[in-house]
Amino acid sequence: MFNPQLNEKGNLNHLLSIEGLSKEKILQILDTAESFLKIGERDVKKVPILRGKTVCNVFFENSTRTRTTFEIAAKRLSADVINLNVATSSQSKGETILDTINNLIAMNADIFVVRHSSSGAAHFIASHVKPNIHIINAGDGNHSHPTQGLLDAFTIRKYKTNFNNLKVAIVGDILHSRVARSNIHALNILGVPEIRVIAPKTLLPYEVEKLGVHVFHDIDKGLKDVDVIMMLRVQNERMDGVMLPSQEEYFKTYGLNQSRLNLAKKEAIVMHPGPMNRGVEIDSAVADSEQSVILPQVTFGIAVRMSVMAILAGQYS
Amino acid sequence: MSILIKNGRVIDPKNNVDAILDILVVNGKIADLNKNLDPKKAKQIIDASKKIVMPGIIDLQLNLREPGNQYKSTLESEMKAANAGGVTSMVCPPDTTPILDEPGLVKMLKNKSEVLKRGNVYPLGALTQKLNGKLLTEINDLYDSGCIGFSQAEKPIQDTEVLYRSFQYLSTFNLKAFLRAEDAYLSEKGIINAGEISTRLGLKGIQSISETTAINKILEIARLTKTKVHLNKISTADGLNLIKIAKKNGIDVTCDVSIHQIFLTDNDIGFFNTNCFLKPPLRKESDRLKIIESIVDGTIDAICSDHSPVNEDNKLKPFAESEHGASSVELLMPMIFKLSEEYKIDLSLLIDKITYQPANILEINKGNLSVNSDADICIFDPSYLWEVNSKTLISEGKNTPFMHQNFIGKVSSTIFNGNIVFIAQ
Repeated sequence: MFNPQLNEKGNLNHLLSIEGLSKEKILQILDTAESFLKIGERDVKKVPILRGKTVCNVFFENSTRTRTTFEIAAKRLSADVINLNVATSSQSKGETILDTINNLIAMNADIFVVRHSSSGAAHFIASHVKPNIHIINAGDGNHSHPTQGLLDAFTIRKYKTNFNNLKVAIVGDILHSRVARSNIHALNILGVPEIRVIAPKTLLPYEVEKLGVHVFHDIDKGLKDVDVIMMLRVQNERMDGVMLPSQEEYFKTYGLNQSRLNLAKKEAIVMHPGPMNRGVEIDSAVADSEQSVILPQVTFGIAVRMSVMAILAGQYS
Repeated sequence: MSILIKNGRVIDPKNNVDAILDILVVNGKIADLNKNLDPKKAKQIIDASKKIVMPGIIDLQLNLREPGNQYKSTLESEMKAANAGGVTSMVCPPDTTPILDEPGLVKMLKNKSEVLKRGNVYPLGALTQKLNGKLLTEINDLYDSGCIGFSQAEKPIQDTEVLYRSFQYLSTFNLKAFLRAEDAYLSEKGIINAGEISTRLGLKGIQSISETTAINKILEIARLTKTKVHLNKISTADGLNLIKIAKKNGIDVTCDVSIHQIFLTDNDIGFFNTNCFLKPPLRKESDRLKIIESIVDGTIDAICSDHSPVNEDNKLKPFAESEHGASSVELLMPMIFKLSEEYKIDLSLLIDKITYQPANILEINKGNLSVNSDADICIFDPSYLWEVNSKTLISEGKNTPFMHQNFIGKVSSTIFNGNIVFIAQ
């Protein structure tokens, strides 16, 4: 089966996953985002790129932060924005995903931002809509969260300029993380020479090393001399079960505190996709430290999402 | 009623026949098998030159979806599809709606299928009530009403005590368990093979240990209780190694694989192709090669189609929410032929695995072309080129990983009980 995010000319028609994107395509998105970053600092935070277009946020899974940043991004591009919390409406009435989407297409929406708890949901939708409709995956199951991967790459480039001399560590629940998967693919495509994943065996997916990462179970060894530390949120429901015995033990064995941060390079940056669990995966002092770039990530996220929407819509405008 | 099948390459593995011969069918039985039989002896003549004439196929796993799931397919549509695939005897698992756990339901299914006169339907009765893995069904009553064996379909028994007691009970009456080896805990919510692909796609993986722990448990209990066991749809190399050793140690076990496992791996899932959502999941290339090796060395006794028609709407969903299964009975013999051609495996050895070996597993006198045996015959045209698509498939299920692929070879006619039940247009 083909990757439906590229059209026959090789242009981006949907953004479904980082996997399958070329380095040039990713850099184009990052460069375009760079030009949008300044708009957020202006008094009038709007450009007319998507004027007359309708962006529909369809969230089959609850989310506040991601949905809000997509909404702000679309509004700054002058699009009309509709938010649909499907998790609490038609799905519970038994409507299929495809029927929900087709109804919205009938209302003439142009771009759909979709989040769904099932891996592959965005691919599925994209392969069943007309070519003038664009799908942006805002997270599908454990599979992919491409705009997060892009904004993380954007953040790293802001602070580190080059990708090809970096050591990056991703720490936490890799198994259930679409963010980790997207970051692993993005960093590999961008030429990061050493990507490490740090987690207990229970939170690592099968054959993860085949994605191009080095596996560490000991966080102290894994953080040694890294330039970038990407922390992952550990879902509360994973605690007190068969994956992890308790929050306390997790923080003790894998939590990022100052002494562990000191093992990394002096100018290493600390990232987190949010929302954070202070005292579970990250110590408050580290989260608020000068090395933390967690809040800039959020700001950059808007520029990156503006960039993705502009590039997708641009092809047919 | 008499039919003469002329000049076909007759392959009858039981009798070690592979030669150009004529077959005379009279009154539902094979009356004669020889060279140059007199055409005057029959009312109807089928020219089978350049074709393969073999026993009607016995499919050990064919979901007819009746009772209950007629929106997917009907008994008639799927028996027609089976005939188009050369199948004249079919074993159907008990996970219908309602579940086949009561004699009345089994009798109804048997009666309904007998009226259609398209093949022998051999239902597997539920081993436990509602397949709940807790309480035994009325096994003897179910047997008397027509169940050929007892199964849990896709619902493995979790409780080892229940498994042990059910085997003891089956063994008391010398009845056979047909089980798919899967550990319910290890495979819980699992979707595809655990490995690089499941990691890339973010789909929950099912490890081979899920199959091997179950095989170990089943075989150990079978050994202790002296229960006859058939393991259905083995998918892993590790599992096949265990079965090979068990057979050497004299445990009464047989096994089959589904045709999909022979030609596909998890790599074929691509970007979430729901037609490749199967149970057991498609495995790695090394498992696939081991399966082919085990077919040849005899560890694998039989090959089944695992025909599972699925309503199109249930495939039009995100992968994990879609329904597993593929429509495959019409592809069984074409794929057997492809296997023989591509891997240089003796066609007779492969035909044995879909005719005489399944008959042995079911302990029925079928799957051969001996004189005086039932005239269930499949005639296969090994040079017919065709494309798999929604028009060429007779089954109501148009869901197959092989959609729009070309195959060489197709069944051209099927005879059941001396009557022609399928002729290719």
